[in-house]
Amino acid sequence: MRTTITVNGEARSLDLDTRTTLLDMLREHLKLTGAKKGCDHGQCGACTVLVNGARINSCLTLAVSHDGDEVVSIEGVGTVGRLHPVQQAFLAEDAFQCGYCTPGQICSTLGMLRELEAGVPSQETAPGAKPDFTGAEIRERMSGNICRCTAYPQIIAAIQRAAEEMA
Amino acid sequence: MTSVHDWDVTNPVKTNRTGLIGKAVERYEGPLKVTGTAPYAYEVQPPSPPAYGVMVGAAIAAGRITGADIAAAEASPGVLAVWTHLNVPKQAPRGTKAHPRSSAGSRPALEDERVAYFGQPVAFVIADTLENAVAASHLVKLTYDADAPDVDFLARLDEAGQPPGEQDVEIGDFAAGFAAAAVQVDGTWTTPIQNHCQMEPCASLVWFEGDKCIAHTSVQMVKPAQHGLAETIGIPRDNVHLMTRYIGGGFGGKGQTYDDLTLAALGAKALGRPVKVAFTRQQMMHGTVHRPATVQRVRLGASRDGTLDAMSMMTWTHCHKGGNFTEHASNFCRALYAAPNRLTGHRLVRLDLPAAGAMRAPGEASGTMSLECAMDELAEKLGLDPLELRIRNEPAVDPENGRPFSMRQLVRCLKEGAQLFGWDRRLPTPGQVRDGRWLVGMGMAAAIRGNFLLPAKCSFTVEPDGTIVVRQGMTDIGTGTYTVLAQIAAETLAVPLGQVRVEIGDSELPPAPGSGGQFGAATAGSAALMAGMKLRTAIAELATGDPGSPLHAGAPDEVTFQDGVIAISNRSETLSDLIRRAAPDGLTVEGEVRPAQDAQQWSTQTYGSHFVEVGVDPVTGEVRVRRMLGVFAAGRILNAATARSQLTGGMIWGAASALTEANPVDVRYGSFLNQDLAQYLVPVQADIGEVDAIMLDEVDDKANPMGIKGVGELGNSGAGAAVANAVYNACGVRVRDYPITPDKLLAGLIAQGR
Amino acid sequence: MRPFTYERATSAEAAARAAALTPGARFIAGGTNLIDLMKLEIETPAHLIDVSRLPMAAIEPTAVGGLRIGAAASNSAVAADATVRARYPVLSEAIVAGGSPQLRNKASVAGNLLQRTRCPYFYDTTKPCNKRRPGAGCAALEGLNRNAAIFGASRACIATHTSDMAVALVALDARVEALSPSGQPRSFPVSELHYLPGDTPHLETELIPGELITAVVLPPPPAGGQTYRKVRDRASYAGGLASVAVAGGQVALGMVAHKPWRASAAEGALAAGASPAEAIARELEGASPLGRNDFKVPLVARLTAAAIDDANGRG
Repeated sequence: MRTTITVNGEARSLDLDTRTTLLDMLREHLKLTGAKKGCDHGQCGACTVLVNGARINSCLTLAVSHDGDEVVSIEGVGTVGRLHPVQQAFLAEDAFQCGYCTPGQICSTLGMLRELEAGVPSQETAPGAKPDFTGAEIRERMSGNICRCTAYPQIIAAIQRAAEEMA
Repeated sequence: MTSVHDWDVTNPVKTNRTGLIGKAVERYEGPLKVTGTAPYAYEVQPPSPPAYGVMVGAAIAAGRITGADIAAAEASPGVLAVWTHLNVPKQAPRGTKAHPRSSAGSRPALEDERVAYFGQPVAFVIADTLENAVAASHLVKLTYDADAPDVDFLARLDEAGQPPGEQDVEIGDFAAGFAAAAVQVDGTWTTPIQNHCQMEPCASLVWFEGDKCIAHTSVQMVKPAQHGLAETIGIPRDNVHLMTRYIGGGFGGKGQTYDDLTLAALGAKALGRPVKVAFTRQQMMHGTVHRPATVQRVRLGASRDGTLDAMSMMTWTHCHKGGNFTEHASNFCRALYAAPNRLTGHRLVRLDLPAAGAMRAPGEASGTMSLECAMDELAEKLGLDPLELRIRNEPAVDPENGRPFSMRQLVRCLKEGAQLFGWDRRLPTPGQVRDGRWLVGMGMAAAIRGNFLLPAKCSFTVEPDGTIVVRQGMTDIGTGTYTVLAQIAAETLAVPLGQVRVEIGDSELPPAPGSGGQFGAATAGSAALMAGMKLRTAIAELATGDPGSPLHAGAPDEVTFQDGVIAISNRSETLSDLIRRAAPDGLTVEGEVRPAQDAQQWSTQTYGSHFVEVGVDPVTGEVRVRRMLGVFAAGRILNAATARSQLTGGMIWGAASALTEANPVDVRYGSFLNQDLAQYLVPVQADIGEVDAIMLDEVDDKANPMGIKGVGELGNSGAGAAVANAVYNACGVRVRDYPITPDKLLAGLIAQGR
Repeated sequence: MRPFTYERATSAEAAARAAALTPGARFIAGGTNLIDLMKLEIETPAHLIDVSRLPMAAIEPTAVGGLRIGAAASNSAVAADATVRARYPVLSEAIVAGGSPQLRNKASVAGNLLQRTRCPYFYDTTKPCNKRRPGAGCAALEGLNRNAAIFGASRACIATHTSDMAVALVALDARVEALSPSGQPRSFPVSELHYLPGDTPHLETELIPGELITAVVLPPPPAGGQTYRKVRDRASYAGGLASVAVAGGQVALGMVAHKPWRASAAEGALAAGASPAEAIARELEGASPLGRNDFKVPLVARLTAAAIDDANGRG
């Protein structure tokens, strides 16, 4: 099925099997292997990408359903020569070990910061309150990204560092 | 004869002139990982489009396959091959070692009609696309003659026997000492089966270039993977070029290869094109090794002053019927506390469960969950601070064998941790502190983990542009190997870090044992230091022997190295000038390290202390970890950041062992209940509050030439017990059957009338 | 996944019509549960009708002072909606207690309601399950059923409905609006959407084949405080052991039955002046735990009493 998706700013037109997930389209068709397959069932967050600005699990969505959408994967966030402040902060705080969940963590961070800005609530936000930037709040909001090396404290430190730098 | 005293001489790592050793430099491969451009095995781009292989797991735990209908799968779109034991290409019989020195024998996939565990790969489909392969895999119809699975560990404890070649270790007379003790603790703890759940499921990509098999896989040990594959598919070892450059977590579960590698290789050979195969997350649970369950009986007998008179720790555990793996949960306590009368040992039951294997801190991770809680219970009976109880039982020499400790700073870890954490604010009576809906408590535990040095080699090359290339058949599973090797190389050759290139994870590089048992940095790093020292000598000899060098005719041992420049007093040139002129193809040396033969004269361990604050909701039994602090003494630290990350990671693993991680066995089917990451609960961000790890200054000169020790597993040891002790301090309930889930805690709270 | 064809619906009416006409057709919106199950071939639709881009995502006030939430609205959008947060905080709290931010960004309101059970034996296709294959038997019944239902279960099925959002909707007396393949709209309470398992646990909802949920409608909120509490083994991103939604004197329980469980007996007792603990005890007189899930009875008792107290404190 012919599908056109803007990936990292570039329109990509592909003839896809309807069964192909957005994740497999990125990894197997476009050779963008930054988004990872950790569980393939929305249970780990390693496949997190931004679709029209919102973070989602790319493993649980069909590529054909994203015709016309704008997708940003880790490859569109920054490159080795031009790291995004969040990528730089992950490096500086040693916020990863094996690195397999890292692209998902970084994409999720970008989506999370936008959600915070927009006032999207979490279970850490008291009803009616505007979410703040405490450790507990970020931890809850980043709980959809499992890190089995459990670099969790370092990830929080990296997010706080990046947010300061981007402010 | 090698001796630890051979390591007494100074070396650049010890001197650490530029201060690079220990520095928290950013990960060498970090820029690739944060940009998603580090290719893990399944992501390597092969020379031609790959075909996709998918494995099918057995639906029974024991028995045999009586029929295989593959017609529908074969007829499915895009399918290139469908194999079961009836038509899989020929492989060498199990255990074959055509080369007598192979470090692993043949392990054929789809071997025969027998099913030895639930989920065992029993069929394999290759298709042109992943979607077609997965769809066809559902069309393979197998029929079975199932046996009742023999998997009920707790029901089989009576039949447990000694692990092969092992005996109980008794010092003094435990029974008499325990019976005579003024204060006793006698308890049984149970720990469940756990799964590694590396974020990257095991995966392999294989193609052939002529006779040469090019294999990318995700494995912690390179040589056994290479040898095992060669033996299995029956080709010379040198014809397998195996690479594992980026590994998405190991934790012991990738200490061996699995059928994904064998089947990818057989497929690539049969089809003449690259084939890649990955485990699904669901397949990982049964298809790779797990940490086995244990039952641990701990008995402590003490005098009123808290001196231990008797201690015993007996562990029952299980492994697969075809295996011998033993979770040595009792071993660590042999070196931990002084007590004149001691008894430790293990009992093993063989079951129709998948193979048990090593998982981060095998032994300690499970064993500390009992002993360190028993110590807490003993302290309470004695009316002693649990910290003080441990200090009172600090041995002067290894209590098991009388050997001196090479270095032991456990008491310092305990005291400094207590101070940093604010342990003095803990109220000894449980249930006294409330914060909103939470009852708050503190707990502590000691940490101990052995230290090891294995034989390893490493090569160093200086290239004409002055780049130092480190090459080693070592792996980095997230531990920081790339980074610490670069640091050792840069410090040893006195070049900037950016002038070092590290190549690892490749069977054609000088062999190292890989990552495991927290021996990686010490082993691989020591070999690197040795290679670096040899390269210094080779460079000095090259320069002083080269008429074109300003250093010509000087004494090689007077050559100094600094900032990529070599010099003898005021005569100098850059390394690249020398190499370009005198060794235009580069200069390569190989170094190696071997364990010192007299190292066994010392008891060499790593130590630490854990302090934890938890909240318990007395209404629901929910537990939240609010704060964790670990203080560790583990020799010289090569990289403060990567070492700290290893330690905090281990600590969080401990917390998860205490609170969430378990995989129960459905004894009717011989399968695990939890088959994905929604059901098997590894911790998430929200589970873990503030965590910090402090590393004490230490150099252990009996450990290896650098005086470093391992940290990858130490953080895990004792952390779960500290959480359990904090739970007790918060609410007065002790749960000895891990994990401490709300249902169990609630039962205790209700029993208390809360 | 089995091969399937895919179309993007042009209108709700067309979608419902196409679904009824095409054998094996299913609607897909967020897909977070459907694709999960398709990968395991627990769901095997031959045709997918994508309704995610239909103009059914609006959240707007109703004439009677309630709120109409389009079925295609994302869970995140509902949780973040200013009116929801101000007037129906229990709904916002329930939504953010479920899944992860990524899942909530994708999952739709209707999809959340129609998500299938997380019973591990339903997911393990090597085990008998009456939902997957009617008549096959229930592996959970004698199995590791710690998280099974305590209300309204049968010998055929002891699975629970695991939505958080639905529990709040039931407590709020929300109604489902649906469109039949013939173009007939209808409306009924969310509490009547899900069936108890009985002998036919594979029949899960009131919807007829091809019927499309178009919206959920909330009446004006009841007087009194609201709260949602959920207990689970992990602090986040995990299914619950039990949950409770309180909206004034209206109480619903989650993860204790094959459907969100309206605690009518407890409500009656509360209305008659019983204490929260007495009221939930009345409800739990009807509980039938199986052994491994016995703990849910005291857990629900304590959790609900605490939640009612909380809500009263907020009212």
